[in-house]
Amino acid sequence: MAGLAAAFGSGAMTNNIGDLQNAEVILITGSNTTENHPVISTYIKRAVKFRGTKLIVVDPRGIKMTKFATKWLRQNLGTDIAWINGMMHVIIKEGLWDKKFVETRTEGFEELKKIVEKYTPEYVEKITGISRQDLIEAARMYAKAKSAAIVYTMGITQHITGTDNVKSLANLALLCGNLGIEGGGVNPLRGQNNVQGACDMGGLPNVYSGYQVVTNPDIRSKMAKAWGVANLPDKVGLKVTEMIPKALEKSIRALYIIGENPVLSDADIGHVRKAIESLDFLVVQDIFLTETAELADVVLPAAAFAEKEGTFTNTERRVSRVRKAIDPPGEAKADGDIIMELSYRMGYEMKYSSIEELYEEIRQVTPSYKGITYKELEKEGKFWPCPEVGHPGTPILHTEKFPIGKGKFHAIEFLPPAEQVDDQYPMWLTTGRILYQYHTGTMTRKVDGINKLAPECFIEMSPEDAEELGLKDGDLAEVESRRGKVKARVKVSDVARKGTIFMPFHFKEAPANLLTNPVFDPIAGIPEYKVCAVKVAKVA
Amino acid sequence: MQNKCIINNKEYNFNDGETILEVAQRNNIYIPTLCYLKKTGTPTGKCNICMVELRPSGELVHACLTKVEAGMNIITESDKCVAHRREVLEKLLALGYHDCPTCPIPGDCELQDLVWKYGAKGIDLTKKEKDYVVKYITPFIRWDSSKCVRCGRCIQACFDVQVNNAIRVYEVNGEAKKADRDDKVTSLFDSREYVERLKAEFTEPILPAPDENFCVSCGECVQACPVGALSSSYEWLGPKKWQMKKVQTTCSYCGVGCQLDLYVKDNRIFLVTGANEAPNYGSLCVKGRFGFRFISSDERLKKPLIKKNGQFTEASWDDALDFISKKLTEIKDQFGPDSIGVFTSARITNEENYLVQKFARAVIGTNNVDHCARL
Repeated sequence: MAGLAAAFGSGAMTNNIGDLQNAEVILITGSNTTENHPVISTYIKRAVKFRGTKLIVVDPRGIKMTKFATKWLRQNLGTDIAWINGMMHVIIKEGLWDKKFVETRTEGFEELKKIVEKYTPEYVEKITGISRQDLIEAARMYAKAKSAAIVYTMGITQHITGTDNVKSLANLALLCGNLGIEGGGVNPLRGQNNVQGACDMGGLPNVYSGYQVVTNPDIRSKMAKAWGVANLPDKVGLKVTEMIPKALEKSIRALYIIGENPVLSDADIGHVRKAIESLDFLVVQDIFLTETAELADVVLPAAAFAEKEGTFTNTERRVSRVRKAIDPPGEAKADGDIIMELSYRMGYEMKYSSIEELYEEIRQVTPSYKGITYKELEKEGKFWPCPEVGHPGTPILHTEKFPIGKGKFHAIEFLPPAEQVDDQYPMWLTTGRILYQYHTGTMTRKVDGINKLAPECFIEMSPEDAEELGLKDGDLAEVESRRGKVKARVKVSDVARKGTIFMPFHFKEAPANLLTNPVFDPIAGIPEYKVCAVKVAKVA
Repeated sequence: MQNKCIINNKEYNFNDGETILEVAQRNNIYIPTLCYLKKTGTPTGKCNICMVELRPSGELVHACLTKVEAGMNIITESDKCVAHRREVLEKLLALGYHDCPTCPIPGDCELQDLVWKYGAKGIDLTKKEKDYVVKYITPFIRWDSSKCVRCGRCIQACFDVQVNNAIRVYEVNGEAKKADRDDKVTSLFDSREYVERLKAEFTEPILPAPDENFCVSCGECVQACPVGALSSSYEWLGPKKWQMKKVQTTCSYCGVGCQLDLYVKDNRIFLVTGANEAPNYGSLCVKGRFGFRFISSDERLKKPLIKKNGQFTEASWDDALDFISKKLTEIKDQFGPDSIGVFTSARITNEENYLVQKFARAVIGTNNVDHCARL
């Protein structure tokens, strides 16, 4: 998100989901779309099948999307900047870039041009393993299309260079004028139902709702006035991934955690557990007694989505209604009601007679939501930004200008992943989700049928590696990194590339995040889940 | 008379290339359909239920296939149409083993509705050999071959909407035809190939059904099936749709924001289907359609818990909230507001996220508020 915000001034998907069908070319990278965003994948598959859309997939794993691809580039883990710079090298060299767009709507082109000069197809082939011919063909395909959309997810962001990876994709789209048009755009698909909304609402250490920065005194005083307080903190707060180590140092003393399970979801969870245990006070508010909740001093029972009213904002910036179908079990309460009651006890009254009244306050202080009324959401969802009532909403961003004026090119050099394979840890590990399970399994692992379909963790491994290690499909193996060991069954599959294994992180019995490397992208604070070095051995 | 036609003695405009069915549906004129899957908009003309009469010729034509021409005079429910439809329905009834009380979706069946509407007669089931398969293709999808009307909607749903290409043609005894088992699952082959097969062998005992090796339990075929041949495993023993309240909401798994219809009875969700709204227009994935039972899990937290001597004990809301308020205030007073952190959540609503950051900033006095977007 930080990457796109730096390039365009807005971190969200630039185009809407339905618009993918208008693309002449779709480039998917770092997204196992059929498993993680199945319904969006149907739009892409239909575009390929019925509209002649050409699909470029850049992914180390032979995911299902590759079967629909016109071109599949199989890069080495953590080498994204190199192939993206390589494509831009080809596009500039062959004069395929959008000169008018670059001239009128962007800045920083000369610096970009200088940097990508050395990323010749030969040089890129050495770093990425992508053949020069494939790179050239993919570059031409992307550049020559009248409209080309880029789709990415965590395979791009969960690296130490995550922000730079995103900026590189933004560079590519700017270079070819693929912004502000139908069928174009740079589209990060959000992995959790309301990540977009949590960001929009100011669930971030540096901004209030609508991305209004906390360091701006005018905005601070506006918010203080709206909330009826004398002043508000002016220092940017800590990110999740900073608060945890600070707990170990005792500069964070108490955490109030809502609907999150960092003990299973964060990188190097051995370390996370220690940090959480060293807190003076921990409150966890959730629908189940999660692994994190077990460590809490107080656990509060929350209502699930079907038990409350309100709105979610999806990955394409569409605000949609959430409706109450049933009452929560026992004494469980909606998260918002709990916060209001606690706030009252701490001397600040948050009083709303209805969700609609609360939504109205949000609308008044949040410019991008100002024109979206609760009443009209009753009928159908609406896209922000929507600056005034009666505005139709904005499915495609940046049609005339960027929020920061001109789109910014960032000249970026390739940096290898933080951890490299060596004699002791000779294989790469990459992690992710699978279709049937979801995140730490708090929800999906309570569903019988799902557990029949995906009962346990596995180690996805290429047939070549399996043979070399003397492993057969279904064998129990141990994966070890510098941080921990995990046992799981081997799944021999062509999806894996030689030298790289894949593990899902849903399973607490075999938590892949015991292995992952807690090094972070310096700007976004995202851990490098997608690359670490491991060794694998058969369990006798 | 340019771009005007007459349906049931009333004049309507049509656009070039529109079929009779499209003009009728646009104007809320009822024409029965079975094989037509509106979502794909590519009619197959397979089931013959949509035949309408043209005047004055008296010719019966497929409403789904026939393009409207200027001056066309169409009758949708003439005696001739009705007689024809009754005949089609009786053939369909004879083809299967429609033992309605044993169906998972009684009262929610398009065939049943048509049989009642047109007064078709069923066959004597006691005289029919029962040679059908009932099995679970996956833990979520129940296939009952005795109910299949060979409409081919499931094929279009799987091939042309979800593009999972997981349906195969089976002989009635449940054995897949050998020729159909080759690894074509991810190629883009044409659904029409299969639909044509069904048409050609309409009277033959072959049936389409998802292949468990390729099916990903998205349930698109279940939602498309007009009868009880493909149903959700939750429909088999649960209450029926028409006995439940329907509530539309937004899915709580990934960020696509699919619109769901939750079916509710006695404060419990028994069934989820895709709502016909953007962005998903009825489509869902296995988690959205079938992964909702966690909501009614016995393991749900039901009371606040306070840890005493390493053990959780149940507490009242008053005690729990007073305790939290006291502890947070103490820590804030002793170590400052920035010693407290709040993790809000990508799982809760916008309104709740807004309140949580307001709580962190205005009540505790820190900007240490973040959520799991990065993980």
